[in-house]
Amino acid sequence: MTRAAVPRRRSLHPVAWWLWAAGLAICAMRTNNPFLLALIGAVACVVVSARRSSAPWSRSIAFFLRLGVFVIVIRIVIEILFGQRGIPGHVLFTLPQVPLPSWAAAVSIGGPVTLESILDAFVLGLQLAVILLCFGAANSLASPYRLLRSLPAVLYETGVAVTVALCFAPELVQSIGIVRQARRQRGIPTTGLRGMRGIAVPVLESALDRSLQLATSMDARGYGRRIAVARSSRRLAGGATVCGLLLMMVGIYGVIDGGSLLGLGLPILAVATLLCGVGLAVGGRRTARSRYRPDPWRQPEWIVAGSGVVALVAMSVAHALDVAGLTVSFSPLAFPRIPLLPVVGILVALVPAVAAPKPGGAAPLVAPGRVEEPETDASPPGRQRETVDADLTGLPS
Amino acid sequence: MISFDRVSFTYSEAEHPTLHRVSLDIPEGELCVVVGETGTGKSTLLRAINGLVPHFSGGTLAGTVTVDGRTTRDNRPRDLADVVGFVGQNPLASFVTETVEDELAYTMENLGVPSDAMRRRVEDAVDLLGLQDLRDRSLRALSGGQQQRVAIGAVLTASPRLLVLDEPTSALDPAAAEEVLSALARLVHDLGLTVVMAEHRLERVVPFADRIILVPGNGEPLVVGPPKVVMRSATVAPPLVELGRLVGWEPLPLSVRDARRQAGPLRTRLAPLVPPRGAWREPSADQPEAASVQKLTVSYGPVVALDGVDLAIRPGEVLALMGRNGSGKSTLLSTLSGMRRPTRGAVLVEGRDPRSVRADELVRHVGLVPQDPGLLLYGESVSAECRTADKASALASGTTAHTLDLVMPGMPTDRHPRDLSEGQRLALALAIVVAPSPQLLLLDEPTRGLDYPSKDRLIGVLRELAAQGHAIVLATHDVELAARVADRAVVLADGQVITDGPARRVVCHSPVFAPQVAKVLAPEEWLTVDEVRQALEEAVPA
Repeated sequence: MTRAAVPRRRSLHPVAWWLWAAGLAICAMRTNNPFLLALIGAVACVVVSARRSSAPWSRSIAFFLRLGVFVIVIRIVIEILFGQRGIPGHVLFTLPQVPLPSWAAAVSIGGPVTLESILDAFVLGLQLAVILLCFGAANSLASPYRLLRSLPAVLYETGVAVTVALCFAPELVQSIGIVRQARRQRGIPTTGLRGMRGIAVPVLESALDRSLQLATSMDARGYGRRIAVARSSRRLAGGATVCGLLLMMVGIYGVIDGGSLLGLGLPILAVATLLCGVGLAVGGRRTARSRYRPDPWRQPEWIVAGSGVVALVAMSVAHALDVAGLTVSFSPLAFPRIPLLPVVGILVALVPAVAAPKPGGAAPLVAPGRVEEPETDASPPGRQRETVDADLTGLPS
Repeated sequence: MISFDRVSFTYSEAEHPTLHRVSLDIPEGELCVVVGETGTGKSTLLRAINGLVPHFSGGTLAGTVTVDGRTTRDNRPRDLADVVGFVGQNPLASFVTETVEDELAYTMENLGVPSDAMRRRVEDAVDLLGLQDLRDRSLRALSGGQQQRVAIGAVLTASPRLLVLDEPTSALDPAAAEEVLSALARLVHDLGLTVVMAEHRLERVVPFADRIILVPGNGEPLVVGPPKVVMRSATVAPPLVELGRLVGWEPLPLSVRDARRQAGPLRTRLAPLVPPRGAWREPSADQPEAASVQKLTVSYGPVVALDGVDLAIRPGEVLALMGRNGSGKSTLLSTLSGMRRPTRGAVLVEGRDPRSVRADELVRHVGLVPQDPGLLLYGESVSAECRTADKASALASGTTAHTLDLVMPGMPTDRHPRDLSEGQRLALALAIVVAPSPQLLLLDEPTRGLDYPSKDRLIGVLRELAAQGHAIVLATHDVELAARVADRAVVLADGQVITDGPARRVVCHSPVFAPQVAKVLAPEEWLTVDEVRQALEEAVPA
């Protein structure tokens, strides 16, 4: 048996990427050390730039980066305008203070702005930004559609509904444009209340039409086929899922907020996961569906998901050992210490940048050698998009 | 395979049954074509086969529909998904997933086919329908013909015994339609599949059919039989059959090949006669142009849709714009109507740039009937629609209603535009666009979903408008329409004009765009059955 020297390009199991990202995100929730947070953000960015595909969703990281910057800026601006006053510190500048009546004493507008308060605001904003960035990284690395495909059988049909909705929104926008143009063609105003109505009615009509056609097609193609199962097993499935989800909520709270629940967070989470698993498995018996080319879970998946877990475990251990520097305070003003253990843990999460397979098989929207003509205004929404088609027979001269 | 036993069906709130005591047996391995005018119940008949009627549509069904031993009474459409593959009119609207390969597997996933079998069947479908190069593509980036083939493949992978298709070629250019039909014929011949499909453009499907089911409508009984028998008396017939009936050929030819074999004597008879000249005149410089296109280039980002097009359109001429899907026809129309800005070059309508004219004045110069006429309509009733049009274009009240009466007399004025038939909707949209009397009239794919009588009426209206001096440009895949109405034909390919000349000469010399009559009578340049009939009648007394 020989092994190919070059590993086959494939897309990693989406759940692996989400586990990795979740590990990093929870790390970010459990520290406010700006250096650790920056490190987490940097790790996420490096992995994304090394392993994202050319698919359209891969570009979402840029959006999340911008969103993160926006969050930080907003947090600082709010602090400057409405921050708590009267805490001693290094005053940077003083804004004119707006006198407020005594019953609004908790709120203040303007006044002296201290370096400490700005740093605090910056760190809080940074934390939120890094959590968003982790989410964005998962979004860029794993196709949302493939993630939906790996849902358990019992949730699959909900997943399909979500997929359909995801495709539907951009089409609605497109059809609004088309209808506007058609209105203009008739010399009918497209603005104002009456214009809006004139646009909304045909757009909604065509949207309804399309939904009906899609529903017809899905029904005719076996969507929602059921196998008769005993009532008791349906009850078991429902009960286990609900209890599991409730426990999971408690467990997650325990894990994120390390102090409460006496460290029972992880065990509770484990029980909850087990219950949910039972519920999904029993519920899944009702549907006879199978899965086409399921994403395999192999060594790279273990490595990627594992690296996220390592980062999280390192952070948790550091918390348990009460390592200095996880929670920093800027009053009094001091340079935060950098704890070694979390840094090592977070750096382990960099491994997927080399360990994950290079994406290649991801479907490009437009294959090379083929040009796509944008839908023309006159063609109806959702109908066939005209494309310049290289493989149709050429015209005779 | 399929049996209808005294089936009657009435939609809820309808006064008359759409299907009335229909009894029908379709044996295995046949390709059946359901024909009939619009609104006679073809789609209802097709949807009754897999139970979409009445499970999905509502209404009351009496009698029994049995498919492969299972009745639709006890089985919902989803339960029949392993026996009946149903492909709707609009493939894009029926796609559930994102990429071709996922779509091919979707039905099988619902049926719970084991994964190794799924893998094998997807490969088989890819081979059967020639989808090798498309498997990773996004469904939305495919051409119409490719989409239709994927839609067929997507139901085929469930290995149904029966395929039901509702107008599979209506949106396709001639080459793409050929591609889909030959794939279907192959499935019937190689796999013994039973295929039932509805189609308006009979000239495309009749040669492939084993059996024709004619739905006459109005509760009259179906006419079922082999094409040669049914076509002899059918109210809807392709030009080839009409030619055969005219000349009295026996047996009735269904394909161009059959007809050509019998056409020898007719060709000799026609040889000394001259086909009536179309109205096309050689361009004369002094005639004012209704519209002119000068070195027009339109690009969408890196994609060039039109590439240096020059065109002069004169009043009173009907110009057919042809070319495969995506060759730039719709772009040219929307640029002429002022909706799209030229990237380079210019478009002038009556000497003015349509983009510089205010919308309410522009309607007097150029009017566009879009591919889906429903886009123009949003009123509560036909009469309300007419009133809105009068007001928007500042016309004397009643003008649009009057125009509508000329285009299609006896329209139900209180009906909601959505409840009109395809032909009536087109007539209403056409009336709205024509009422302000634009010098230049543009129509995008006007015959999609139209039956033969509606098409005849449209042709009459267009000829009349041309005679009044309107310039008409129609983008169309329908070669029979172009042959009957156009004076001049322009063929676009990759955004360039590759042919421009009298319609007769252009279509007769293209194997893709030639109408059936021209193919049968080549090298003589005859286009339509009417021309032949007229020439023969004139020749007899002489």
